[in-house]
Amino acid sequence: MNYARHVLTHLRKDLRLEWRTKDSINGMLFFTLLVVVVFSLAFDPTAYPSIARQISGGLLWVALLFAAMTALNQSWAREVRNHVLDAHRLVTAPASTLFVGKALANFIFVSAVEIVLAPIFGVFYNLHPLGQAWLLIIILPLGTWALVVNGTFFAALSLRTRSRELMLPLVLFPISMPALLAMIQATTAVLTGESEPGLWLKLLIAFDIVFTTLCVLLFDFLLRED
Amino acid sequence: MQANENHKSPVTKFLLPLWLLGTFAVLAVGYRQAIFIAPTEATMGDIQRIFYYHVTNASLALVPPYINLIASLGYLFWRGRNPARALAADALAIASAEITILLTSIGLLTGILWARPVWGIWWTWDERLTTYLLLWMLYVSYVLVRRLSSTGQAHTLAAVLSIFAAVDVPITFMSIRWWRTQHPSPVFGGNGSLDPSMYPAVFWNLAGWAMWTAFLLYFRYALERRRQRAAASHSLDFLGQVQTDEY
Repeated sequence: MNYARHVLTHLRKDLRLEWRTKDSINGMLFFTLLVVVVFSLAFDPTAYPSIARQISGGLLWVALLFAAMTALNQSWAREVRNHVLDAHRLVTAPASTLFVGKALANFIFVSAVEIVLAPIFGVFYNLHPLGQAWLLIIILPLGTWALVVNGTFFAALSLRTRSRELMLPLVLFPISMPALLAMIQATTAVLTGESEPGLWLKLLIAFDIVFTTLCVLLFDFLLRED
Repeated sequence: MQANENHKSPVTKFLLPLWLLGTFAVLAVGYRQAIFIAPTEATMGDIQRIFYYHVTNASLALVPPYINLIASLGYLFWRGRNPARALAADALAIASAEITILLTSIGLLTGILWARPVWGIWWTWDERLTTYLLLWMLYVSYVLVRRLSSTGQAHTLAAVLSIFAAVDVPITFMSIRWWRTQHPSPVFGGNGSLDPSMYPAVFWNLAGWAMWTAFLLYFRYALERRRQRAAASHSLDFLGQVQTDEY
């Protein structure tokens, strides 16, 4: 399929760029680690294991959210250098392939950070999930995609604004609130084992589908805007 | 809005002042009804009277977001086809977004003032309050995007964001509903509904504030149109061309 081939080309380009510099992954990893350490100052996770379980789902996502923000801003900054974005504008391939390729690349980066970070998080906060731990394998990618798909879109949007690093969180946080709520609640449900994460999983899936569609449909307006 | 500014249209000349006078008259009746005529509520006492302002403004705040969405869609549709009409749609979009922020701010503030004596707390993260705060945040971010982008691009970026916000509101509403469910249930019909003796105060205030909102919306729209015209004539002057009455 032609569309898939274009997406793959963009994805390969972004992965290669990241492989050569490793800027965003290293930055994200260290940043998230810092957030984990700073949060441990707020309360003692070893002395209060049940509190740790209650709030660490939220902490994990907040850490990832902040980390993703740094990477998302950078991911478009690369395209601005040497007027690459103008070249993209002239390409006959659908504009959304560029978006999907980049969103997939960002998804891979943030997932890589999660794979390293989730065990570290478990160790530092002494977490033993009381619910079905395997569900995290579904919750984490769904949540990450929800963050990344809107994040990539709004990073492209804030590219045209002044003080763009500030703009991204201002726009992304309010829009992603339902997704944030769903992923935090689902993760907490798994960690505490007190409730079922099923409802929140469904919400995440719905959010992912709706906003992926919207981003793909509207990206053309964003790119072709002069 | 094709009329030249130098010759005021009959709308701005007669209808607008009349409308404003009517608005003040209705608001005066509403004030009298709410403060002096409506009976004192049994448990909450006089504090309940803020209800007539809180409910009216908070409900009216739910209207301009729709106008904003329709205007934004209109902008994206006319952008390539009819630039002059697209600009008018854009003016309506920014006017309705700012009115949304104004009304939601009034709703939030009067709600906080009411909650403190009645519930004993300023704020609670229940379903409606959280959704409402989110609505406020969405439109603040909308206005911020417009402020922070250069004039030529603000329209499209904001229009795209408006569509995102419109899709987001129902999802947020449902998700928060599942999450928390303390705000009093709807007051018309059902249990704990409003005493009929309080209806006139509600309806007069609703009518008055709706008229006032419509006035503000039109005023802000006309202001933005004027700003657009000024910007256009400025760039035309800059090019050393004769100003046309295109807009």
